[in-house]
Amino acid sequence: MQKLDSKIPDGPLAEKWSHYKANLRLVNPANKKKIDVIIVGTGLAGAGAASALGELGYNVKVFCFQDSPRRAHSVAAQGGINAAKNYKNDNDSIYRLFHDMIKGGDYRAREANVYRAAEVSNDVIDHFTAMGVPFARDYGGSLDTRSFGGVQVSRTFYAKGQTGQQCLLGTYSSLNRQIAKGTVKMFPRRDMLDVVIVDGKARGIITRNLLTGELERHAAHAVVLATGGYGTVFYLSTLGLGSNASAAWSAYRKGAFFANPSFIQIHPTSIPVLNDYQCKLTLMSESLRNDGRVWVPKEKGDKRHPNEITEEERDYYLERRYPAFGNLVPRDVASRAAKERCDAGYGVGDTGLSVYLDFKDAINKQGEKAIRDKYGNLFEMYEKITGINPYTQPMRIYPAGHYTMGGLWVDYNLMTTIPGLYAIGESNFSDHGANRLGASSLMQCSGDGYFILPNTISDYLADDIRTGKIPTEQPAFEEAEKQVADRIQRIMSVGGKETASSFHKRLGKIMWDHCGMRRDAEGLKKGMELLRQLEEEFWTNICVPGNDKDLNQELEKALKVADFFEVGLLMCEDALQREESCGAHFREEHQTETGEARRDDANFAFVGVWEYAGAEERPRLHKEALNYEYVEVKERSYK
Amino acid sequence: MEFKLKIWRQKNARTKGSFQTYPLKDVSPEMSFLEMLDYLNKQLIEQGQEPVTFEHDCREGICGSCGLFINGRPHGPQRNTTTCELHMREFRDGETIVIEPWRSKAFPVIKDLVVDRSSFERIMQAGGFVNVNVGCAPESNSNPIGKLIADKVFDAAACIGCGACVAACKNSSAMLYAAAKIAQYAMIPQGKVEAKERVDTMVKQMDAEGFGFCSNTYACEFDCPKGISTDFIALMNREFFSSKLCSQRHG
Repeated sequence: MQKLDSKIPDGPLAEKWSHYKANLRLVNPANKKKIDVIIVGTGLAGAGAASALGELGYNVKVFCFQDSPRRAHSVAAQGGINAAKNYKNDNDSIYRLFHDMIKGGDYRAREANVYRAAEVSNDVIDHFTAMGVPFARDYGGSLDTRSFGGVQVSRTFYAKGQTGQQCLLGTYSSLNRQIAKGTVKMFPRRDMLDVVIVDGKARGIITRNLLTGELERHAAHAVVLATGGYGTVFYLSTLGLGSNASAAWSAYRKGAFFANPSFIQIHPTSIPVLNDYQCKLTLMSESLRNDGRVWVPKEKGDKRHPNEITEEERDYYLERRYPAFGNLVPRDVASRAAKERCDAGYGVGDTGLSVYLDFKDAINKQGEKAIRDKYGNLFEMYEKITGINPYTQPMRIYPAGHYTMGGLWVDYNLMTTIPGLYAIGESNFSDHGANRLGASSLMQCSGDGYFILPNTISDYLADDIRTGKIPTEQPAFEEAEKQVADRIQRIMSVGGKETASSFHKRLGKIMWDHCGMRRDAEGLKKGMELLRQLEEEFWTNICVPGNDKDLNQELEKALKVADFFEVGLLMCEDALQREESCGAHFREEHQTETGEARRDDANFAFVGVWEYAGAEERPRLHKEALNYEYVEVKERSYK
Repeated sequence: MEFKLKIWRQKNARTKGSFQTYPLKDVSPEMSFLEMLDYLNKQLIEQGQEPVTFEHDCREGICGSCGLFINGRPHGPQRNTTTCELHMREFRDGETIVIEPWRSKAFPVIKDLVVDRSSFERIMQAGGFVNVNVGCAPESNSNPIGKLIADKVFDAAACIGCGACVAACKNSSAMLYAAAKIAQYAMIPQGKVEAKERVDTMVKQMDAEGFGFCSNTYACEFDCPKGISTDFIALMNREFFSSKLCSQRHG
């Protein structure tokens, strides 16, 4: 059995990274030209790493499934990006950002990794500003910040409700700069379908050219996955429809361990489901909870127009339950509280599955213009989708699948258990524990890509300066390509009657009902049984029209859905073994008298790390113990 | 609701395309335009026909993937709205809806409603960036930028690269697309250093890709889903002429 070595350096927390970094081996500029690196994904993490490695002089090959790297799903992040600049003089610091993330993650993240993410956060903001990212500024010309859930300082930098777009376009510009210089070669419209292992090391990938259907072999000295999360396992989620787990999953099947798969964030403020053909839930940024107040009627099943319900008849349940943080409690707490009210019969809207997010008080106090300046594009988006004007009546919102804290297990170098295979950004598990705080996703992705990976990967590549080009004409590539080709043929030849989207929708419902915001042993077991049945049905009744040597979107979808059955099963396994409630993982069996999550530090202060054991075998669980040296592990209270 | 859909079908770049008509019943006014097409595709697949291929991803108006020419307008009838944000309640019950891909020489059709926008990539690669390496950045607040300018920079930077401006223009001009990026950097100290070279190389690339000139019809601004102003084209032209008058280019 492989032993997990997180490679956390010794020494005081605040000095770990700088000491460690100073001792990492380097590759000299002449040798860098002889080294190839593959990066899959062009979000903030992937495109950031590609630009940074290109600047250093490596030969970089970058892959994305979209027609342009600018469309990676980082583009849709709305609210902001955290940094410990302390521009508001509210006593913020790297330590406080670190502490907030550890607490927000419900004490299930690694101290050293989180501290490092906080440490590089200021460099990230400076770099974006230097690249011309138009963060919001105050009248004196300095960068402005705003508050976000789960913290008591104002450290979130933003560009209206389009911070992700602006950060990604900044990163895209640095990527373009390297493409123009010839250090980075861009391969758009490619799906990565397998990772190739040669003599125990990741040495390449198999991709499918989405326009021609051709399978391609790409070799390199190291492979970096920056392929995002697997939140689309719920079908309805805030993610882009192309987001998927397949690249990370192919690595898992090849031996990369997968950590905390059940830790998946349900975002509290998304626009609720409006029709049966909906395939996407649109997020309303968490920043709205700065000024919006969440409420439901005090009377069960009150169907009156919200504006007719008087102040005395409203239950501002977050302010009532969590007076210290009020509407700005972390996402997991806010989501469960909304579900609790709706399940108890107080929900609003036709389905009773939504709550109000009301800006009346903020508009009365600050004026409509101030609110428009801060959230204009979000309000417009809401009106386009629902046909309702949120300036004159409250928004309706409901939780939706959003972000996966779980992901490929990585050590301090961001390397998976396969040597030479790295995972950065959302695709790894390392920084957010059991719940991610708002605006730390952009921060972690950019930190991983621009500032951490480029240093750690050189230490690994230093051994490859004499290796020479990795040939693609060798058995490992042939075999991997054949496996991919067989899988495609298998799906094409089923000739069934049901579409991939239809299977995906059914799969998503099973996951939402059995492995969603609240879980229990019985439900999880039932969910696994249903998943297995559905998977069997999939392989006898999936319908993929057209042929595989062409642009075939149905084939692309079917390949992704096929992997999601396995993702779902592993999520259930993990949720089942974790007999506690922590962060986004809430087990009915483990709650306090007041319905709050009950953590079990004595037995579950570990990372649940899963090893693939073959298609027919149950995966093996490994445990990476979490030791807290610098933070006192406490009950996480926002009251 | 029910509709008659006239959709451009084209097998690939080498074959000729044509309009096909599909009647569609039981459409909900709550559906987005793309959900309506999903619904059509589900029926086509179940009837053993090839579904309509179109691009999409985020479905919330920010990634810029989708872009259909609907009833003669890029992204359809609603202003400041991408195709994915458009909802069927904006159409009349029983209406015939004509759906085409972007039409421009610089955006060749790949299949059905999908076009090749890689010409846009090459314009950005020609100079749509600030030459700054990781690690070179000064402290963020060392270069103050007034709020009014910062807000204007944001307005220019809001472009999603969908190509609606080109599709709207009778000359297939990409001036608004290029100008938005050029203006974003020309207005801030970080971008000013290389402003002259940038406008020169990006405009040159734009011409090389076969995009047309601007004849001031403002159709691009009118149909831009992010409402990007043609003022930026004026700014780009000023930058362009000044780069010619007082060249700082090396060599």
